[in-house]
Amino acid sequence: MEQSLISAVLFATLVAGTPLIIVALGELITEKAGVLNLGAEGTMAMGAVAGFAATHYTGNPYLGVLAGMGAGALMSLLFGVLTLTFMANQVASGLALAIFGVGLSAFIGKPYESLTLPVVPAWKIPLLADIPYIGSALFNQQSLVYFSWALLAGVIWFLYKSRAGLILRAVGESPASAHSIGYPVIRIRYLATLFGGAMAGIGGAFLSVFYTPLWVEGMVSGRGWIALALVVFATWRPLRVLLGAYLFGGVMITQLFVQGSGLNIEVPSQLLSALPYLATIIVLVLISRNQQTIRLNSPQSLGQPYRPDA
Amino acid sequence: MLSLKLETRPEASRLMSYLSPLIAVVLTVLGGLLVFSALGKDPLEGFQVFFLNPVRDWYGVSELLLKAAPLMLCAVGLAIGFRANVWNIGAEGQFIVGACAATGAALLLEDVSGPQVLLAMVVAGALGGAAWAAIPAFLRTHFNANEILVSLMLVYVAQLLVSWLVFGPWIDPDGFNFPQTKMFSDSALLPILVEGTRLNLAFVIALGVLTVGYVFMQKSFLGFKMRVAGEAADAARYAGFSAKLMIWIGLLAGGVCAGLAGMGEVAGPMGQLTDKVGSGYGFAAIIVAFVGRLNPIGIFFASLLMALLFIGGEQSQQYMSLPSSISKVFQGMLLFFLLGSDLFINYRLRVRRTLAKVGA
Repeated sequence: MEQSLISAVLFATLVAGTPLIIVALGELITEKAGVLNLGAEGTMAMGAVAGFAATHYTGNPYLGVLAGMGAGALMSLLFGVLTLTFMANQVASGLALAIFGVGLSAFIGKPYESLTLPVVPAWKIPLLADIPYIGSALFNQQSLVYFSWALLAGVIWFLYKSRAGLILRAVGESPASAHSIGYPVIRIRYLATLFGGAMAGIGGAFLSVFYTPLWVEGMVSGRGWIALALVVFATWRPLRVLLGAYLFGGVMITQLFVQGSGLNIEVPSQLLSALPYLATIIVLVLISRNQQTIRLNSPQSLGQPYRPDA
Repeated sequence: MLSLKLETRPEASRLMSYLSPLIAVVLTVLGGLLVFSALGKDPLEGFQVFFLNPVRDWYGVSELLLKAAPLMLCAVGLAIGFRANVWNIGAEGQFIVGACAATGAALLLEDVSGPQVLLAMVVAGALGGAAWAAIPAFLRTHFNANEILVSLMLVYVAQLLVSWLVFGPWIDPDGFNFPQTKMFSDSALLPILVEGTRLNLAFVIALGVLTVGYVFMQKSFLGFKMRVAGEAADAARYAGFSAKLMIWIGLLAGGVCAGLAGMGEVAGPMGQLTDKVGSGYGFAAIIVAFVGRLNPIGIFFASLLMALLFIGGEQSQQYMSLPSSISKVFQGMLLFFLLGSDLFINYRLRVRRTLAKVGA
C-alpha cells in the first residue's frame, strides 16, 4: 500500500474511534460504581446539539466541548435523581434517558439544521508528526484524539493506583460493605454517574463540532449504544476499551474507503453501513459466550439499586 | 421542627401503582404548559392545540385510534417480555421487518384478489417480526449476549434493510426514483372500519391481540411463570421454570406483535412500503408498556395517550410552528415522571416532628 493511503486509513480510524473511547470510558467509570446508565445515546445527542449551538454562537469549538460536557452532565444528573434518589429501575430509566435525549435534541436542534461550522484545525506535534507512515496519522490529529489518550491514562491511574478509585470499585462491588465502613455510597455513585454523562456529552460534541461538523437529527446513529457494548467487550478494562474503539472505528470507515477506492465491488452501500452494527453483535456474542468472564469482571452490584438504611 | 422522611412501606401500595401513571400524566401536562411558556407561546393555546384539538371531532378520534393501534400492538408484546425481565427494545426493528415481509407477500400476490392476500400478509408480517426477534433470543439463550444491545443494533440494520429494498429490488419502476414500492392493490389493503376515516381493521386486530395478551398474562400458567421469573428469578429457578423458554417467549411475543403492527402500517395508512416506515412506534411502545403498568388494560389507555402526544406534536407544528419532535419531549417527560412517582409505591413520606437541637 501507498504511504498516503496507510496514513489516511489510520487517521480516519483514530478519529472515528475517539468518541467511542471517550463515551465508553465515562460509562466504564459509572458502571464500576455499580450504576448501569443505558442512556448514552440520548446523552450524546444532547452533547452534540449543545456543543454545536455553543460553537455556532461563540465561534470557539472548545466552548462547544464544554457546553456538550455540561449538557451531558445535566442529563446524567436527571438519571441520577431518578435511580439514586428515587430508586427507579436503572434499565427503564436509562431507556427513558435515551429516548428523551434523542427527542429533546431533535427539538432543540431544529434551528441549527443545515448550518455548518468551520473545520477545526488539527494539532501538529513537532518532530513526532514527521515519522514516516504513522507520524501524521498519530501526531497531526484533532485535539480530542490526544484528549482521549490522556483520559485513558487518567482512568487507568484513577481506578488502579488511586485511593479514590479503590473506593469507587468497592462501592461497585459491594455497596453495603462500603457503606458500613463509612463511605458515602450514594454520593460516590452520583459523582460516577455525572462523570459518565459529562464524557458522553463530550463524545457527542466531538461528533457535531469536530467530526462532521454539522448537526442533523439522529446523527449519533447508535454510537452511544455501541459504546455501551464496548464496555462489555472490554470486560470493564480501560485499555481494552481503546483497542475495541479503534476496531470499531476501522469498521466504520471501511465503507468510506471501499466506496472511495474505485474498487469494483458489487456490495449494496446499506450492507456496508450495517457493518458496525453487525460487528457489535458479533463481538458481543464472542465475548459473552463465556459467562464466567462476564461474571468475574463485571461489577457485582451493577444495575442494582442501593439505599442505605439511615 | 418538621422534617420529611422517606420510609419503606411494609407492603407495596397497590393504590399508588395505579395512581402513579395518573400523577405522571398530570405532571406531564403541567410540564408541557411550562415548556410552552418557556418557548414564548401562550400556554393555554398550547394546551388547546396539543391536547384538545386532536380530539375535537369524530375524525380526530378516528385518527387517534388509528395511531393507537400499532402502539397497543407493540406495547403488549413488549410487556410480556418486560414482565419476565426480558428487555426487548428492538420493537422498532421488528416492526420494520414485519412491514417488509408483509410487503413482500403483497408484491408476490399482486395478481391475486380476495381475502387470502391480506391473510398471507398478516402471517408474513408476524413471521417477519418474529424472525427479527428470534436473533436476540437465540444469541441470548445460546451465547448469553445481552438482548438489549442486540435487539437495538438490529433496529439500525432493519432501517438499512428497508432502505436497500425500496431503493433497490422493490423500487416502483414508475415512481420517479422515489424510495418506495408500488401502491398496493385493493386486496392488499385493510378494510376501513368507518366510512370517511382512515381507521381500519388493524384496530380490531390490536384489540384482539390485547385480549389474548390479557388472558395469557393474567390467566395462563405460562404467563404466571413468566411473572415469577421477572419478580423472583431465584424462586423461578427453584421451581424449575426454564429461563430459556421465558426468553424465547418474551422476545417472540414482542416480535410477532411488532411485526403485525408493521403489517398494519403498510396495509393501512401507507398503502405501500417506503424508507420512512419506521416512525418511532417501536420506541414509543416502550413508554406505553411502562405507563400501562405492563398490563393490557393499562396499555390500552396508555396507547391512546401516546397517540394523542403524537398527533398533538403534528398539530403544534401546523398551528404553532413548533417542531413536531416536541411530542418526543413530552413522551420522555411522561416516562420520567412515571419512574419518579413510582418511588411512592414502595416508600412513603412521613412528616416527623423533631426537637430542635439545643444551641443549634
